[in-house]
Amino acid sequence: MTQQAEPAVTSPPAPGPGKESDGRTQQRPLALRLLARPEVGVFLGAVAVLIFFLITAPAVRDGSSMANILYQSSTIGIMALPVALLMIGGEFDLSAGVAVITSALTASMTAYQLSMNVWVGVIVALIVSLAIGLFNGWLLVKTGLPSFLVTLGTFLILQGVNLAVTKLITDNVATDDISNMDGFDQAKAVFASSFDVGGVQVKVTVVWWLVFAAIATWVLLRTKYGNWIFAVGGNQGSARAVGVPVTFTKISLFMLVGFGAWFVGMHQLFSFNTVQSGEGVGQELIYIAAAVIGGCLLTGGAGSAIGPVFGAFMFGMVQQGIVYAGWNPDWFKAFLGVMLLGAVLINLWVQRTATRR
Amino acid sequence: MDRYYPRSRKLAPMVAMAAAAALTLAGCSSSSGGKQAEEGGENASAGKATTPRMTVALVTHQSAGDTFWDIVRKGAEVAAAKDNVKLIYSNDPNAGNQANLVQNAIDQKVDGIAITLAKPDAMKDVVSKAKAAGIPVVGLNSGVSEWQKLGLMEFFGQDETVAGEALGKRLNEAGAKKAVCVIQEQGNIGLEQRCAGVKKTFEGDVENLNVNGTDMPSVKSTITAKLKTDSDIDYVVALGAPYALTAAQSVDESGSKAKVATFDLNNQLTGAIKKGDIEFAVDQQPYLQGYLAIDSLWLYKNNGNYMGGGEAPVLTGPAFVDKTNVETIDKFAAKGTR
Repeated sequence: MTQQAEPAVTSPPAPGPGKESDGRTQQRPLALRLLARPEVGVFLGAVAVLIFFLITAPAVRDGSSMANILYQSSTIGIMALPVALLMIGGEFDLSAGVAVITSALTASMTAYQLSMNVWVGVIVALIVSLAIGLFNGWLLVKTGLPSFLVTLGTFLILQGVNLAVTKLITDNVATDDISNMDGFDQAKAVFASSFDVGGVQVKVTVVWWLVFAAIATWVLLRTKYGNWIFAVGGNQGSARAVGVPVTFTKISLFMLVGFGAWFVGMHQLFSFNTVQSGEGVGQELIYIAAAVIGGCLLTGGAGSAIGPVFGAFMFGMVQQGIVYAGWNPDWFKAFLGVMLLGAVLINLWVQRTATRR
Repeated sequence: MDRYYPRSRKLAPMVAMAAAAALTLAGCSSSSGGKQAEEGGENASAGKATTPRMTVALVTHQSAGDTFWDIVRKGAEVAAAKDNVKLIYSNDPNAGNQANLVQNAIDQKVDGIAITLAKPDAMKDVVSKAKAAGIPVVGLNSGVSEWQKLGLMEFFGQDETVAGEALGKRLNEAGAKKAVCVIQEQGNIGLEQRCAGVKKTFEGDVENLNVNGTDMPSVKSTITAKLKTDSDIDYVVALGAPYALTAAQSVDESGSKAKVATFDLNNQLTGAIKKGDIEFAVDQQPYLQGYLAIDSLWLYKNNGNYMGGGEAPVLTGPAFVDKTNVETIDKFAAKGTR
């Protein structure tokens, strides 16, 4: 497990630690090699933040408080995962925040306006979300424009479409209540239910979050597709030269973000029954921040899937911890920023120390 | 035959998809809720004036997708249709941009301008330009203490502080001891004034809580967190209908005994008041604000009237909506106009 997931351009990562002692590189101590992993910095940061709030905010020690923090983390974390994979693949997506709302609006309006079982809306929303990802990826690959521009465009388009179409169809800027429609209860069970663990109500999104993280980790470290992601993020030209399907990889990564947006969108719809069309703006930066804190480079080619899990946890922990600690709310955002910068700096320092020869 | 083979291979999935879609449409309709179950009913209409066509601009600080402002706009649209007025609606939460939009209206030589004064200083210059161009300007919604200083003709809205004070008194009547005032947009003056108003009259403790209004899951868990840290909180005061509905869920989840009160209505909120999930709402009648702003400009142009005599604001709130009167308001809220 000490093997580093290096950008594998010319060869996939070696299957075991045996290859490291070929005499050309000096064997470094285990602790240092552990520290050099992208997710260790954020893990330490998350632990530090957790301990900090356990001490300063007694309410955090309660099990149900932790469930609440994990819930907040999971709604960020489910999106931070595909966003992180996309960043490892060398791109990022500014439309991810409003895409969540687009998905929720689509599902709600399809089901309501056509008086269909809500699952029809859920499926249509999935198709729409994947199509948005496909469009982002296709445009990016076809034009060679930076993802900043492409997804900034989609971000603005979706923001406008969310508002205008909702207003056009429902004559309101929020969707109608679908909670009494067929299939709602089943869908709520899948996307927005909670279950009891020793008297503590845990949200199902927490489970989905961890399941998705496990799948993403496996894909990234153990499959060919995982290698392709590192390769296209590391050096696209060389990746293509050694036969990595760059176009497929990039487009599918954008579609994966679409899938995440769909999932979180469904959670929001089935947990709040209606959706306001203006929501979601600014969330894309939180997803990207969670991925970056989780050790994904903005330049691509490095990162992990477990890092963003801790990144999202740290976000949820700080955001709720401030409230649990009962601090002056005027400072809310400033606290958040300071804690996050602190975490990133710790992350950076740990990485530098660990990788120094 | 061979020639057609590739084509039929492409055709098959398409036929399958079309068939699936048809089956889906036929078999998956919902037996309850949805558009089909929606009650019919036309929006309010009061005939149409035969006065000459005039153009009025309504420039607000609405941020995108806010249910409250949608209701203001609907009121304005109905008044415009009735008065034979062409309504130009524009909005920008950024004060500088809002001022530019007013300038745009002046350039179009409109017959009247209605504006909100969320940031009065930024609007000072354009208001005097409009007056210099001979265009009457009225204010609505925000700026109850500033509209006269800027030389506006009339004002329609509620005093946010007064509304907050009214809510604070109501909390006293309900025997509340500790309240939390949930601000969904950090730094919004109107919202701060509401909470400050509550603080002024409420005899118990009140604390402000900032939440991230663009992310509902975050709003929910933040309020849940607050309720868990402090079990003495017996009232959550929300400053917008969607946030009140979320606050009610937080109360449920945290196992707190707190009740929820709110400012402003929407069609789900009246249902929640009926069910008892939310105790009461302070209504500033946004529909009326939009309606009166446009109608007053028509009255001024055609009959020289001004409401409030140019001295006093025309207050549209605070009116309380609770279990006792929700039945009459609910049917209007269902149409999205209350």
